[in-house]
Amino acid sequence: MATKEGSNAHLNTPTRLTGAEIMWATLTGEGVDTVFGYPGGAILPAYDALRKFPIRHVLVRHEQSAAHMADGYARASGKVGVAIATSGPGATNLITGIATAMLDSIPMVCITGNVSSKILGTDAFQEVDITGITLPVTKHNFLVTKSEDVAQALRHAFQIARSGRPGPVLVDITKDAQQGTAIFDFEAAKPKPYRPHPMLSVKDTALGEAAELIRNAKKPVILAGHGVIESGAMEQVRTLAERAQIPVALTLLGLGGFPASHPLNLGMMGMHGEAWVNHAIQEADLLIACGMRFDDRVTGKLTDYALKAKKIHIEIDPSEINKNVKVDVALIGDLRQVLEDLLPRVGGRDGAAWLKTIDASKGAVAVRDIKNLPDSGHLYAAHVMHDLWRITGGNAIVVTDVGQHQMWEAQYYHHEHPRTLVTSGGLGTMGFALPAAIGAKFGSPGKDVWVVAGDGGFQMTAAELATIVQEKIKINIAIINNGYLGMVRQWQEFFYEKNYQSTPLVSPDFVKLADAHGIPGCAVRTRAEVAEAVEQARTTNGPFLLNFMVEKEDSVYPMIPAGSALHEMLRRPGHRAKDPLEETAGE
Amino acid sequence: MLHTFVAYVEDLPGVLTRVASLFRRLNININSLTVGRSERPGLSRLTLVCEASAEAGHRIQASLFKLENVVDVDDIAHAPAVTRELALIKVAVTPQSRSQIFDLVEVFRARIVDLTSESLMIEMTGVESKIEGLIEVLREDEGRILEICRSGKMTMRRGHHVSSVLRAMGAGEEAEASNGGAAREEGLPSTIE
Repeated sequence: MATKEGSNAHLNTPTRLTGAEIMWATLTGEGVDTVFGYPGGAILPAYDALRKFPIRHVLVRHEQSAAHMADGYARASGKVGVAIATSGPGATNLITGIATAMLDSIPMVCITGNVSSKILGTDAFQEVDITGITLPVTKHNFLVTKSEDVAQALRHAFQIARSGRPGPVLVDITKDAQQGTAIFDFEAAKPKPYRPHPMLSVKDTALGEAAELIRNAKKPVILAGHGVIESGAMEQVRTLAERAQIPVALTLLGLGGFPASHPLNLGMMGMHGEAWVNHAIQEADLLIACGMRFDDRVTGKLTDYALKAKKIHIEIDPSEINKNVKVDVALIGDLRQVLEDLLPRVGGRDGAAWLKTIDASKGAVAVRDIKNLPDSGHLYAAHVMHDLWRITGGNAIVVTDVGQHQMWEAQYYHHEHPRTLVTSGGLGTMGFALPAAIGAKFGSPGKDVWVVAGDGGFQMTAAELATIVQEKIKINIAIINNGYLGMVRQWQEFFYEKNYQSTPLVSPDFVKLADAHGIPGCAVRTRAEVAEAVEQARTTNGPFLLNFMVEKEDSVYPMIPAGSALHEMLRRPGHRAKDPLEETAGE
Repeated sequence: MLHTFVAYVEDLPGVLTRVASLFRRLNININSLTVGRSERPGLSRLTLVCEASAEAGHRIQASLFKLENVVDVDDIAHAPAVTRELALIKVAVTPQSRSQIFDLVEVFRARIVDLTSESLMIEMTGVESKIEGLIEVLREDEGRILEICRSGKMTMRRGHHVSSVLRAMGAGEEAEASNGGAAREEGLPSTIE
């Protein structure tokens, strides 16, 4: 251990080290304490040097999971996640995870080994052009062929990952660069101050115009996205909403950026947003888009999107301005900073009439909670989410996979705080939940972490159950098991004449699978058992798996079919009048 | 419409791929691309011409700026600028036809830079239409053109212009001083075509 404690000394005194040691020393200097990886030939020098440094290495079962763990770590903690893989297949396995982080603007550094610089480009064993392959799915990447470049490249990578609009950066280090030696000087390797995007522009006149639009608006809506959380602008958004009495609609990745219990919170917008949220957007005369990018899942058909509304777009990435939706005022900069500049110009407003109109459009739905509805004997995913929310007090970090359960989670788990929902929004990566939850647990060890996954997505990365056991961490797993690739089945039901091609899914007995890993668990078949099971999982010392056998052919409502306008939504069909969920999400 | 971007990029391996890849991803064909050293050490200057909708200009420029190796981007779609292209054209000649080519070269103010008994090479600099004109005339005699090599467009704004990005980098002031101050933005002299 003496060496471990001594290793930080490198940060203050320039020392000759191997490239591998420089790599770890630089990570230590950047504040990294946990990395997720998988060793192999071309990264072995780095693994050999790891023992000298105070960094915990989490051994994954597949490199895709390493990237998802680094991603989950970053989303839960706000810090840069680090994933490590060897060359060739190790590196290519990272790609889905890197693309996931890219689409959701997650700060992440991936380190890959590569063959020695002298044989680069010769199709050597396990050689792949990973900087070439990852070029479109990284914010930037580096190929390092000399030991003396390792520290600089890594420090630059961390800077890029966390600056401006965050994103993943890959650093590919050849084996000889790891083996060779160089003088390590942490301070000297510090990159130049990050160049802000030259098209950032928040002019006084634009702030004035924005304030004027807000002052004159009769039906304004704030659209709060992931940028609220990334920029740390929760207070500023809240102040704007409260002062000017403007209701707030959230994107999927924005959930938690504005408290779910806040009277001005409308809920999630878009394809599976509640009817009143999308109606409010379609009726609005002003949209204030805060750190969101008008994704197609949010806007529906663009030519019919919020036609009555003027639009203010506050966004850090200038290439997002007018990309999908043409805006009237663009404030291009860091959301928190822009709002701080804008707020002094915004006065109190009487928003009562507009809020009343929206409230009226909610009808009885908003006040009638499913917990008050009679038990029909069927188990619906909504029940599970609702009880999960209730019993965890909304305080857990919920890490979802992708599909129906993800949307039910978004509808029924009410997120009060930022970084309590970890979900793959942009790329929609199945298999994300379990590994991302492991990362989230390391990123925020004090919090309860719940995996919510479908039976399909869970099987994509189920091997990471072993990682949970090996790392001795507490993760709760809720599988929403309906025997289908549910969201695809739902599309087949709605748009492909119920041709359930390749969506029925045979799964192993997940409880036995958990048991094989030494993880306790149980199956849940009725609504009455849900609360007790959740409580049992929560209070069990160590991981626990719950296999919720839910209604097989339930669908997520409301739904705006892809390519339709926001007001053209599909409702829960009326013929299922005895459906206990009929009067909740569907109406 | 035709967009012309002038960019300063870091002179490093792979930078051109990053630029080209951006256009590939947007499914925009690059009409021409010239790259070479600039007045700034470590920075290459490129001129890129592409066909895209009028609204695409902002997004392309903003996306180019997002590339870490791109230092400055100028969209000179509407700015007064001088654009030139260099062409090398090799034509087959006989002792009988040679003098006819000489006349053509004279008319187009091009130059002969290589001459053998069977071929000669013409060097020509000018706007695209002028080069097209010469090629068209040469093509009147089938089989005469052996090879054409064109540089693609190179573009420079007229008058004194230093972008805010380059000015912030400092080197702009030196350029300003050597050009005799900033007063040259007005009264653009007409270039000699």
